[in-house]
Amino acid sequence: MTLARRIIPCLDTDGARVVKGVRFVNLRDAGDPAELAARYNRQGADELVVLDIAASRDHRSTFLETICRVAEQLAIPLTAGGGIGTLEEGRAVLRAGADKITVNTAAVRRPELIEELSQEFGAQAVVLAMDAKRIGDGWEAYVRGGREATGRDAIAWGRESVARGAGEILLTSMDRDGTRSGFDCELTAAVSRAVSVPVIASGGADTPDHFLTVFTEGRADAALAASIFHDNLRRLSELKEFLAARDVPVRLIR
Amino acid sequence: MSGGKIALVDYGAGNLPSVERALRRLGVEVERASAPEALDGSRAIVLPGVGHFGALMRTLEERRLLEPLRAVLAEGVPFLGICLGLQALYAASREDPSRSGLGVLAGTVQPLPRTAKLPHMGWNQLRRVRPSVLLRDVPEDAYFYFAHSYAALDAGEAAVALCDHGVPFVAVLECGKIVAAQFHPEKSGEAGSRVLANFLHFAGVECER
Repeated sequence: MTLARRIIPCLDTDGARVVKGVRFVNLRDAGDPAELAARYNRQGADELVVLDIAASRDHRSTFLETICRVAEQLAIPLTAGGGIGTLEEGRAVLRAGADKITVNTAAVRRPELIEELSQEFGAQAVVLAMDAKRIGDGWEAYVRGGREATGRDAIAWGRESVARGAGEILLTSMDRDGTRSGFDCELTAAVSRAVSVPVIASGGADTPDHFLTVFTEGRADAALAASIFHDNLRRLSELKEFLAARDVPVRLIR
Repeated sequence: MSGGKIALVDYGAGNLPSVERALRRLGVEVERASAPEALDGSRAIVLPGVGHFGALMRTLEERRLLEPLRAVLAEGVPFLGICLGLQALYAASREDPSRSGLGVLAGTVQPLPRTAKLPHMGWNQLRRVRPSVLLRDVPEDAYFYFAHSYAALDAGEAAVALCDHGVPFVAVLECGKIVAAQFHPEKSGEAGSRVLANFLHFAGVECER
């Protein structure tokens, strides 16, 4: 009886369609979010993350419709975010069908947002999304889709977010994102050791070995990937069987 | 009791639409109950729940649902509590000592120990301690989705399955017509759908599985 390590496919959307690209450039269409959600739900995903990477005010309603269409397909938890800056925006995303919301840029600008969301919806519904980049001996937190440095130490910011009520951290390594060279285990382990909440590792996934090492050396509670699943390069079921055979507790679908 | 109405207690919880969707997938009609009259004549009652114990009990009181709920629980209307809906069955919770719970079970809901990561979030397995209505035909090693930081550590005879996260806690309890799960069946894939169907059968409601 052990808490399973989670495998989480991520849908980056422009609001309505799933898109893919490296660090938000050269975006290409990668499909319909509801269709992909149905497929991952069937194949044994433990959870789904849907992010609005454009996150502009004018297509907010489109993104809410997308969340609603995705939620309709799922019998697993759904996390959604991108551009959430107020209590009411968070509420709208949860009402649309998400179980948890992510906050990033707005939380760095105004950390009290995390407290407000956590008090209203519970810590289990508030995920800090953090983009971190190696700098010297440590890592720095970035915002605005990795375009703007905050000057804040990633580990210190992770700790602060948890103290303010975040119930989980979605940690993306900017150095690894899009490279398919493996998760940043050092970064993941450093954050995982520093905080009392679960950590989802993101950025750099390709081979089953990458997942194995992020769960062992990286001390990740969950691992997230996007394009390797969209492109059918890795099947969720095979990945989980690989991990189970190496004593990583995972939920297998029969 | 008349009709086949399933009342879903609406106190503004985030997971209400998920529970509603999961029940509708089983082919049954549900009605949101946000006022006391809406509980009248219900075939079964579901109390979903996420968030804060104090906020749940306060909202139930504000919507004048607290006494009607206590009444239907006493009458033996089939009742399913989910997550915080399980915790609400207890007399109290350390999460908000100033509020009383529904009081079906004695004792106080406790915080999970800080030796493990909190919230207890993700998929975990159960240890069955006695035959169960909710877990009928569910494989022994099935995983269920949990998301909570507080838990009931004891349910006496009512405990049917335990889970473990730093400490053993009550994952499923059954006490007469009152049943409850600490996990979220509406988010637990096939196994969760089976649990919801088992509840509907238990309540005498026909459904599509």
